[in-house]
Amino acid sequence: MSNETKNGTDERVNEMSSFRNALIRPELGGIIGTIAVFAVFIFLAGDSGMFSSQGVMNWSVVSAQFMIIAVGACLLMIAGEFDLSVGSMIGFAGMLIAIFGVTFGWPMWMAIILTFAICTAIGALNGFICIRTGLPSFIVTLAFLFILRGFTIFLPQTIERKTIIGGIREAAEGDWLSVLFGGKILQGFFIYLGDLGVISVFARGTRAGQPVVDGIPMLIVWAIALVIFGHILLTKTRFGNWIFASGGDAEAARNSGVPVNKVKVLMFMFTAFCATVFATCQVMEFGSAGADRGLLKEFEAIIAVVIGGALLTGGYGSVIGAALGALIFGVVQQGLFFAGVESSLFRVFLGVILLGAVILNTYIRRLITGER
Amino acid sequence: MNAQTEATPIIEMRNIRKTYGPVIALAGVSIKIYPGECHCLLGDNGAGKSTFIKTMSGVVKPTDGDIVVNGDIQNFDNPRDAMEAGIATVHQHLAMIPLMSVSRNFFLGNEPTKKIAGISFYDREKADHETMEAMRKMGINLRGPDQAVGTLSGGERQTVAISRAVHFGAKVLILDEPTSALGVRQTSNVLATIDKVRKEGVAVVFITHNVRHALAVGDRFTVLNRGTTHGTAERGGITPEALQDLMAGGQELASLEGSLGGTV
Ligand SMILES: Nc1ncnc2c1ncn2[C@@H]1O[C@H](COP(=O)(O)OP(=O)(O)OP(=O)(O)O)[C@@H](O)[C@H]1O
Ligand SMILES: [Mg+2]
Repeated sequence: MSNETKNGTDERVNEMSSFRNALIRPELGGIIGTIAVFAVFIFLAGDSGMFSSQGVMNWSVVSAQFMIIAVGACLLMIAGEFDLSVGSMIGFAGMLIAIFGVTFGWPMWMAIILTFAICTAIGALNGFICIRTGLPSFIVTLAFLFILRGFTIFLPQTIERKTIIGGIREAAEGDWLSVLFGGKILQGFFIYLGDLGVISVFARGTRAGQPVVDGIPMLIVWAIALVIFGHILLTKTRFGNWIFASGGDAEAARNSGVPVNKVKVLMFMFTAFCATVFATCQVMEFGSAGADRGLLKEFEAIIAVVIGGALLTGGYGSVIGAALGALIFGVVQQGLFFAGVESSLFRVFLGVILLGAVILNTYIRRLITGER
Repeated sequence: MNAQTEATPIIEMRNIRKTYGPVIALAGVSIKIYPGECHCLLGDNGAGKSTFIKTMSGVVKPTDGDIVVNGDIQNFDNPRDAMEAGIATVHQHLAMIPLMSVSRNFFLGNEPTKKIAGISFYDREKADHETMEAMRKMGINLRGPDQAVGTLSGGERQTVAISRAVHFGAKVLILDEPTSALGVRQTSNVLATIDKVRKEGVAVVFITHNVRHALAVGDRFTVLNRGTTHGTAERGGITPEALQDLMAGGQELASLEGSLGGTV
């Protein structure tokens, strides 16, 4: 380190290069992790098809799923709260869509809108209970983890006498709103790429000549849109400032006139919204809703967020970081499969990555915030 | 208080009571604050100083009593109401959010916005620029507006909080023990800042345990003791010893001195 000082500045502060300044940011851990993970898998599984069009689509879809719930979990965590009911909410929302749209036979758009309304209202209830009682959101949403999962099993069993409801794809046929969750975009572009020979096409069968990957699923579009929305909201609006402040020190934020309770409740609602987006895309893709959907998703979301540099206790983090955390998560999970590694080792990898990321992120955060 | 009868107080607290269940934190406290004065609020731990100024800044609703601002009775429902009436507060422990940058802290709750395509965004350039400007005026050299408040010293944090309040046009500035955690040099910086602010016509309510700090900048002194006050003294109308005596609450000080071998 140099001991040069700028005139007029504190003589105890070493001048930092702008390169170093640009580098030291909350997402740095996520960026390093992403590069490392891609390097490892290009080396391990470079010729396994992981980086062909189907391979890329495979891990992109998995990463996009993680991203959708990670954005919600990230903003909520920065606002100083947790939502452990995300996984159960995914199962519950999917089941509601199936019950409304298939069992009751209502139009799919109505089923979807109603489900969004109910789920965000439950998110608001989560937040409201936390704020009114002052209980940690960890406990309140743990209760909802059980309550929602219970209903997700109970409702289809009493109504349909089974725990999986199918027929959603048929019910959604031609529905204008379902397309927003189950459709694909840029199909023409992929046919063009297939004709050019850039991506692989079916060699025979009824779809011979058509590209194997025939478009970008709406799931990925939702993931990207939510990441962009979350990032702009957090860093470029005054509301974003309030999210940081509410999680950083709720009392100090309140004293400065920040409507902390409103911020927190809205973030609970947003997390529930993200879970419902996930659920809707999932039931449209599978064509069915199952009582066990979304199991453990809350932890996966939190892990992605923490890999992405957010502080578990709130007040610090980045949506871009969380998105990179989700990407790392998805690439590792699918990459091990492509590399032919025993699938049980996934947990080992995950644990190692989590630990490494948290240690690195803590170090970076201390550099930025001067915590000791 | 005859000298000030012609001037109207900028804020008057009338018979403020506050109870927390069986605990009587304030048993009817009245004071008047005038523009351009430094009004010191003294008292022992638990005397009710923080509670009292929290009613003044809208954080706590008094159980009973009136807050009169410029002649109108006001009931603050939240800190925002008080801020709009020109009352800014630097609270005892919770002045700043350490994980956030100086400029984001500086503008917290008052963020400048600019409209792009009809949507209002946080105007970061403006916030950064004005923060640096205000910090320079107060004599704090920041590494940059992005520097986290957690990297500032206690005195620097207090100064940031004070200059924030002044920047947003506070007419009354309430400081809850701004010097209690500071060393000599930083204390004198904060006291100098108080003096500067007062000369601009802002009324300063300065809470402290330290009689010397109070006497250094105070114009008038009110001592709180177990939720009540024994009136307000003018500068020059009270000796440091008398002030100290009032703060410790007469009897307690006497027995303390007795045990130390003094005379009563
Ligand atoms: N939220 C609360 N609930 C119950 N009692 C409270 C509450 N806040 C304050 N009190 C009580 O009110 C009394 C006055 O407290 P306050 O914080 O105003 O004292 P203070 O004069 O600021 O003391 P210090 O010099 O230590 O800061 C104390 O007895 C305290 O226990
Ligand atoms: Mg106090």
